[in-house]
Amino acid sequence: MEIILSIAIGVMTSCGVWLILRPRTYQVIIGLSMLSYAVNLFIFGVGGVKTNVPPILSDDAVASRLADPVPQALVLTAIVIGFATTALFLVVLLASRGLTGTDHVDGRGEKR
Amino acid sequence: MPSRLASVVAGGCFVIAVLAYPQVVDGNVLRYQVEWIPQLGLNFALRLDGFAWMFCVLITGIGFLVTVYARYYMSEDDPVPRFFSFFLAFMGAMLGIVLSGNVILLSVFWELTSISSFLLISYWHNSAAARDGARMALTITGIGGFCLLIGLLLIGNIVGSYDLDKILASGDLIRGHSLYLPALIFVLLGALTKSAQFPFHFWLPNAMAAPTPVSAFLHSATMVKAGVFLLARFSPALSGTYEWFFILGAAGILTLLIGAYFAIFQQDLKGLLAYSTISHLGLITTLLSLGSPLATVAAIFHMLNHATFKASLFMAAGIIDHETGTRDMRRLSGLFRYMPITATLAMVASAAMAGVPLLNGFLSKEMFFAEAVETHADSILDRILPYVATLAGAFSVAYSLRFIHTVFFGRSPTNLPKDTPHEPPHWMRFPIELLVVICLIVGIAPAMSVGPFLNTAVVSVLGADTPEYSLSIWHGFNLPLIMSLVALVAGALLYVALRHYLATCEDGPPVLRRLRGQRIFERILVEVSWRWARLAEQRIGTRKLQPQLRWVVFTGFVAGMLPLWLSGFEPRSFVFSGVDKAFAGLWLIGICLAIGTAYLAKYHRLAALIMLGGIGLIVCVTFVWLSAPDLAITQLLVEIVTTVLILLGLRWLPKRTEQMDEAVTLRARFRRFRDLLLAVVCGVGMTFISYAVMTMPVPDAIANYFLENAYSEGGGRNVVNVILVDFRGFDTLGEIAVLGVVALTVYALLRRFRPAPDSMDMPEQQRIQNRFDEEHADRAAGDTARDYLLIPSVIMQWMFPVIITFAVYIFMRGHDMPGGGFSAGLTLSIAFLLQYLAGGTRWAEDRIRILPLWWMGIGLLAAASTGVGAWFFGYPFLTSHFQYLPIPLIGKVPAATALLFDLGVFLLVVGSTVLILVALAHQSIRINRLRTIEAEKGRDD
Repeated sequence: MEIILSIAIGVMTSCGVWLILRPRTYQVIIGLSMLSYAVNLFIFGVGGVKTNVPPILSDDAVASRLADPVPQALVLTAIVIGFATTALFLVVLLASRGLTGTDHVDGRGEKR
Repeated sequence: MPSRLASVVAGGCFVIAVLAYPQVVDGNVLRYQVEWIPQLGLNFALRLDGFAWMFCVLITGIGFLVTVYARYYMSEDDPVPRFFSFFLAFMGAMLGIVLSGNVILLSVFWELTSISSFLLISYWHNSAAARDGARMALTITGIGGFCLLIGLLLIGNIVGSYDLDKILASGDLIRGHSLYLPALIFVLLGALTKSAQFPFHFWLPNAMAAPTPVSAFLHSATMVKAGVFLLARFSPALSGTYEWFFILGAAGILTLLIGAYFAIFQQDLKGLLAYSTISHLGLITTLLSLGSPLATVAAIFHMLNHATFKASLFMAAGIIDHETGTRDMRRLSGLFRYMPITATLAMVASAAMAGVPLLNGFLSKEMFFAEAVETHADSILDRILPYVATLAGAFSVAYSLRFIHTVFFGRSPTNLPKDTPHEPPHWMRFPIELLVVICLIVGIAPAMSVGPFLNTAVVSVLGADTPEYSLSIWHGFNLPLIMSLVALVAGALLYVALRHYLATCEDGPPVLRRLRGQRIFERILVEVSWRWARLAEQRIGTRKLQPQLRWVVFTGFVAGMLPLWLSGFEPRSFVFSGVDKAFAGLWLIGICLAIGTAYLAKYHRLAALIMLGGIGLIVCVTFVWLSAPDLAITQLLVEIVTTVLILLGLRWLPKRTEQMDEAVTLRARFRRFRDLLLAVVCGVGMTFISYAVMTMPVPDAIANYFLENAYSEGGGRNVVNVILVDFRGFDTLGEIAVLGVVALTVYALLRRFRPAPDSMDMPEQQRIQNRFDEEHADRAAGDTARDYLLIPSVIMQWMFPVIITFAVYIFMRGHDMPGGGFSAGLTLSIAFLLQYLAGGTRWAEDRIRILPLWWMGIGLLAAASTGVGAWFFGYPFLTSHFQYLPIPLIGKVPAATALLFDLGVFLLVVGSTVLILVALAHQSIRINRLRTIEAEKGRDD
């Protein structure tokens, strides 16, 4: 399990980094989303990878064997905030495109 | 009204301070403490001893008088409420300095006085002099404050506590420590900058651009006294060494002399008083440098006396300025005739400044002379001190005489900016009258008037070392008296000799007027903050995003790898056995999708977006697989919303196809290769780190605490939700606030959104649809768009109540089962979103009225007031409470206040998400309107 997740995180990081270094704003926004998947999974993985033990208390579950709830709580808000930043970036991207006429990240380059 | 309020506040503080007197006599200390950050040794500790009491009375008393005075001084056009609020803020900060029982707290208040004095000096911000003076004062005192903080931290480190009492009690420990010298230098830098001591004195004359009440309060009675207050306060802990004597003595003696000398040659009334203040503060510093108990008594006494006569002189200067319209001594003369009472008061006050017998200035100056004569250590500073003291005394007689003679005597003034000056309103003069009366009483009967209070202050500083001293006018015909007489005669002669030169000369002393500290300061400022900054920007700065990001990523990579490499990290060999094949297959698809997204994002945006959504789904499945149902739900919902969001944005992006781009240059190829290398390296690094972290045995961390206490303390079985709304509720409150702020920013940005010209036209797809409608006689324009996906859209409309119910369900079960405010909020916003998708913006808005701003506001209020509610029951912010409520038919249900907090989260998430999406969706309606307007314009032309 761990090895698959690690490779997945690595690949998504690579793709994300590649995309945020591209010159088009759309590539950057997709790259950031991809990076946030990788980061969320990484933080989530720090708590250990366990199956079938969600951190929900019941009478027959032993508390100490349940999955670590702390990274989950962190990631949960990270997902929502990630949405908010994507939205903000998208709007900045659109405004920049409207103002400069191009979708280059520096607002320069050929007019299209 | 504002001035009365300020007077009441200041006067009230004064009364409270005075009433506290019985509790501080005989070395008693009044304490009050609230824990702030006890882990850092930082407490909100207040401590009132005799010395602090003396300053409190000084600050509040003179503060009260100045508010009375300012009421008449300020003109009707000035924004008076702002003045008084700054003024009271400053007064509070100043009281904080003298009352702090914790040195970090002291440093906080110290900074606050710097900032509020900046605001007060720049009060008339239309004037360049005020802005420059304020900036200079802030720069100097701000740097000083920073040094002071460093010094205090060092002292705290030496002593092991930031508590003032402990520090004052461990003087020997501090003086014997190897860090004593650096700590001393930093503390002295703080004190000397604040008290405008040489070589930092030049900010004070420039601060005279402030309104005169500010100068009277800050630059005579209080703020500049903060430095010498600090020196006296810390003298039990720091003084008595050769370093202390040498640094302070050199600064003090130079300041004493230079200030007095410069004061003679000022043409501006306030400039004269400012340099005189610098000189008197130098006198106090010199006294404190000596470190002998008697010198400390004299220093404390002079702080009191100087504040009294200097505040009254500043106010008198303000009246003269107010009545004549100028402060230039070359234009003022013969004012005695027009304002005899003010003139008399000013004369008495300046006689006190000159140290004329029967006035309070004489007493402390006499004590200074007596101390100057005593030799304490055999050094050049000590040997020259009596001569320097007499010389400075002569200078101060000369400038005091000049002030009186030039302004009040001689011929009648001609061509003043204002005609026929006259006495000010009585209440404007009242503060001066009171202060001058105090000067006289203290000067004539010191032991009976100020004696006991001074003694209380001295005892609280010196404790057991308090010396025998006597406050009386006549000590016999001794050396200090001779020095005083010499100073008086020499000063008078000096003035007579310089009189004609001074009547016409330029501002500032001959020769030295060209060499100004201010110039040097400005030169340095320009050099550092402009030239160097520009140079650095040219050399290493770039405005291009890509190199910046490349550096960020590279630095991140190095910062991540370097510690691992240095600590001898060995990557574990990968173990592939025991891998679930289905999971591997899932991520094989995921990896293909990720690479596909990266490859297609440039030319095939929609495809890339769909693939990204695919990865999101796989992440979601992973969460389910690995025991994180809450994350899976949230991820799924966010995935839906994000996809719709980006889809809405796609319409405004420029068209881009592979055929449109020119051939790839060699440089671009190189760049791509470099980026690819960086990306691959980062990915490999992340793989290794993640694998290492995940295969590490999980330490017994805080997880178990949450798992064990979630039910007993938070009343919920879903531990993730309990953490979010209860244990870490404060974090969540911050996070939803961020969400709200982002939504508002998006909304604000979109209100002014103008698309690029080539996005103004109807999109190609719509044109095709419309052409189809036009070609068929039985169809009206827009029919195709409406009929498109008719059945799904009907289903979407029908699903509306179902989804709402589902959202409520997810919300209610959130505390015990996967769900909660975040996912419920997203679900409900998707319900709204689907209505927009199904029927179009217009259709949806005709039927449902959503007020997202209200949802957000109420949500944030609900969450915050749940937190505040805990206060009313005596618990810290956001403490939750839960119990089981019996509800008929259903039975007992758990009800926690955390549920109310979660409701706030829910409402805010709905509001924010809907606000963002609707604002974006509205752009296509706005664009139609814009298009119509422009079409009409075109027709008109």
